[in-house]
Amino acid sequence: MPRIELAPVDYLILLIYTAFVIGIGYALKRYMKSSEDFFLSGRALPAWVTGLAFLSANLGAQEMMGMAASGAKYGIATAHFYWVGAVPAMVFVGVFMMPFYYGSRARSVPEYLKLRFDEKTRGFNALSFAAMTVFSSGISLYAMGLLMTVLLGWDFNACILICAVIVLVYITFGGLTSAIYNEVLQFFLIVAGFLPLALLGLENVGGWNGLTARLATVSSERGFAPGAFTQLWGTMGEASTNPLGVEWFGTLMGLGFVLSFGYWCTDFLVVQRAMAADSMLAARRTPLIAAVPKMIFPFLVILPGMIAIALTQTSGPGGFALPAKPDGTLNYDMTIPMMLGHYFPSGMLGLGLTALMASFMSGMAGNVTAFNSVWTYDIYQAYIRPKESDAHYLWMGRVATVGGIGASVAAAYLATQFNNIMDFLQLVFAFVNAPLFATFLLGMFWKRATGHGAFFGLVSGTAAAALHHGLSLPAGSAAGIKGGWLGAITTYPSEMAQNFWTAIYAWTFCFVITILVSLATRAPREDDLRGLVYSLTEKQSDAGLSWYQKPATLGLLILAAVAALNFIFW
Amino acid sequence: MGLDIRKPIGLLFVILGLTLAVYGLTDAKNGRNINLTWGCVMTAVGGAFLLWSQKGASRSSSQ
Repeated sequence: MPRIELAPVDYLILLIYTAFVIGIGYALKRYMKSSEDFFLSGRALPAWVTGLAFLSANLGAQEMMGMAASGAKYGIATAHFYWVGAVPAMVFVGVFMMPFYYGSRARSVPEYLKLRFDEKTRGFNALSFAAMTVFSSGISLYAMGLLMTVLLGWDFNACILICAVIVLVYITFGGLTSAIYNEVLQFFLIVAGFLPLALLGLENVGGWNGLTARLATVSSERGFAPGAFTQLWGTMGEASTNPLGVEWFGTLMGLGFVLSFGYWCTDFLVVQRAMAADSMLAARRTPLIAAVPKMIFPFLVILPGMIAIALTQTSGPGGFALPAKPDGTLNYDMTIPMMLGHYFPSGMLGLGLTALMASFMSGMAGNVTAFNSVWTYDIYQAYIRPKESDAHYLWMGRVATVGGIGASVAAAYLATQFNNIMDFLQLVFAFVNAPLFATFLLGMFWKRATGHGAFFGLVSGTAAAALHHGLSLPAGSAAGIKGGWLGAITTYPSEMAQNFWTAIYAWTFCFVITILVSLATRAPREDDLRGLVYSLTEKQSDAGLSWYQKPATLGLLILAAVAALNFIFW
Repeated sequence: MGLDIRKPIGLLFVILGLTLAVYGLTDAKNGRNINLTWGCVMTAVGGAFLLWSQKGASRSSSQ
């Protein structure tokens, strides 16, 4: 693995960025007077800030490094994770769901579940979410430490501790506001670091036409039609005819509906950003504003991956090449670092690496702020110390930040020792998350749904996901962490296809069981559901707003734009 | 929430942009001096953010 040598100017850029991040946290310290200031930014932030934070909280290392790696591995089909697997769900949560989240004055997603359903449903969601955020944060930290060790020769322990301390300082000082402001800063820095990489790479391969010609060779060498790496839907008729290994229905239903709506519409990590907005209208526009850059991000993240594989396969000896793993297969995870090292001289290299660090930090800070809110409001206040003063919960929020960072560091070290344990934990969280959207959909749009229905629906959906995973295997895999541990009765063409179908089964079971149990149990009182269910909530009036300010109009424009992108790259 | 985030964004971009541009004017993968080019772009973007924040501040103080 070739090392990247940094010049003094690169270190200077990293230091300037770090000083700004901590400085923003310090400047906000004096505004943190109540727990609402610390956990919800006093609900006082404008829509453009919460919108960019809504997107940036999701731009963790796994996103930036992982999507570029997928771009190299699967080609433009990776854009399905944006144009099918994110934007429609972001429009839905902005137009239809945000009135309930923001209007109910719930301080967290688990608290909404308590208001709409009951305590046990809230507890189930709060505990699984709190554990999941800590492990996600730890995995992000581990990935960053590993990358800096391999790439720059830095000490793994020092990398993890320095990054953890920086995030700890700015979150402890300024709470959610500090995280959101830094996420906005990090968003612009990520664009500044990655845009020149995409432009230089595209120029180098001869523009889009040159890239298409090179990728046609890559496709043919792998046994696909020449356009398989540059067409979104043209090769999705069957799983075997495209690099993703998933057919169109599994992509639309598994990724485009269950997984994407489950994440963007119910995950407190992103919903928390919208809850910090200064008005209902700003909260509704938050995901819609985020959807615009989300649509464009494939050109920033996936395109460098496509360029990397095109250069690797067609440059010949001495040209750019992705490194190989010990087993001889290409190490796609090194796509972005290798591209930075190839195209950027000193100076720009510092900017690119700082952008990468910013993505690690924004992902980690997002997880930590979501964790400290859920811990304080939905676990500590709900079950441990329910009747303390607001100052006490503000203090607990800061303690939870320290605890969350400490647990993240522990999870990072756990990942170094037991990589399979982390894979297993991520699998369990996937089982818990997959059915969630069915619970929210029925909770918000069907007033007959009951607490018992929601709880048993969630449990049965999770069980269905685990059962499906235990009975299925991706082609070419051995039984174990990849599935088949109950005896494989069905085989999927790829791991991704198995994941999509696991989500479809989980969602369907949760949806059906929630309805059946709800019909068999006593209906909730309608007076208790006002502001929580669509049919019992006063509709948001957009009268007096210009056409471009109305969430529904914005949503339609965004959907039209994303449909156009799907059509252009069909 | 007290702090106008446009100021730190503008300031950071101006400082990083000038750092890159000055470095670009000093040392020898399309052969262009990308530090100078991108440094100027970032400085301009940072300046635009600072102007935007000043415009917002003067508008809120006049209300």
